[in-house]
Amino acid sequence: MRDRVWIYSGLAVFVAVLTCPFWYALARAHAASRPPQLVLPANQTQCVAPVSFMRASHMQMLLDWREDVVRRDDHRFVAYDGKIYQKSLTRTCLGCHSKQQFCDRCHAYTGVSGPYCWDCHNDPRHLAAGVTPEAQSMRAGGFDRTQSMLSHFPKLTTSSPTSRQPEQTAAGRTP
Amino acid sequence: MKITRKDFLRLSGLSVLAAGAVRTFEAAKAAGQSAIRPLRGSGGAPRKQLAMAIDLRKCRQRPGCDLCMKACRDAHNVPVIADPRHEVKWIWNAPFAEVFPLEQSAYTERNYTGSPLPVLCNHCDEPACVRVCPTGATWKRSEDGIVMMDWHRCIGCKYCMVACPYEARSFNFVDPRPYIEHINSDFPTRSMGVVEKCNFCAERLAAGKQPACVEACPANAIAFGDSSDPNSPVCLALSASFSLRRKPELGTGPNVHSIV
Repeated sequence: MRDRVWIYSGLAVFVAVLTCPFWYALARAHAASRPPQLVLPANQTQCVAPVSFMRASHMQMLLDWREDVVRRDDHRFVAYDGKIYQKSLTRTCLGCHSKQQFCDRCHAYTGVSGPYCWDCHNDPRHLAAGVTPEAQSMRAGGFDRTQSMLSHFPKLTTSSPTSRQPEQTAAGRTP
Repeated sequence: MKITRKDFLRLSGLSVLAAGAVRTFEAAKAAGQSAIRPLRGSGGAPRKQLAMAIDLRKCRQRPGCDLCMKACRDAHNVPVIADPRHEVKWIWNAPFAEVFPLEQSAYTERNYTGSPLPVLCNHCDEPACVRVCPTGATWKRSEDGIVMMDWHRCIGCKYCMVACPYEARSFNFVDPRPYIEHINSDFPTRSMGVVEKCNFCAERLAAGKQPACVEACPANAIAFGDSSDPNSPVCLALSASFSLRRKPELGTGPNVHSIV
């Protein structure tokens, strides 16, 4: 029994190696369990619908708005409190919210890899800073197919993300 | 009253004949009505149809002018791609011989070489592209006759491009964003794999504005309006001058007129 130390320490290492994925997952889950830090608009206190509804159903509302605007030429949204908004992702939603600090943060946290809104729709704040949305997403690892093409346009790839406007200076809501 | 077998068969035969005759008569009546279609605006409620008249006489005064095309590109984020295979066109210049192949002569060639001849989607009365679209991504709007597109729904099958006799539709073979000089954030760009074309500036009309090309033309060469309204700018322009439409013989009913 002279090798007792070696045997027990070997067993301990073996158990540690065997269970390390579980420890790793636990540690990660603990780190990720912090809710995302969403930056709320400074210029508005009320969204087009109550927070609980927006949290659960904003995607359905966006689809409805899309159908109304594209298919029925209906741009007027009457909110639950009687306020009238334009059905527009760019003007109304992004008129208050920041894509980067609001949409993207929550989508990243919940693991929603889509939606592909930004393949076509633009984030005015980023355009003002000279960064196209997909150039921004590419830094986060998406849209690989455009990487080679963007290399012809240094303007799109050299802008710093810090040059964008802060949330507080966002333009007001368009009626 | 007792009915014999002979009477029963006779009655049945007569009834079948009568029913057949009524249906034939109705079908013939319907065919006669559709063969001679009333002029738009005459008889029944006039159906609104937006139309455009481009005064090429004014365009000829300004060789090399492309302000309408530039305004359109800026308004709709139309990419400028040099490779003709990947080109995206909403309103573009085409040679006279290509636009009006049956009207060409040595004189038209002389008159129209080097001068702008803008062509765009004709927003046809009977759009072939709409007929073939398998997803309903393109349709003719009943309120004003614009042939609309829903880029969310387009699956990029290019069937509409094959159907359109005017080559008014373009496919995004590459991501268009890098080829757009200044992105207008008010209007979406398109993504790779989607067909696009002129939308008669539906988004500007909704805001009470005129189409971008109409507004941009310094010579007021483009008249726009409802072709069912005799006092609209387009009707006034067309009633004052001789005009041509592209390939009307195909029965598509194009709504873009060129005043030559």
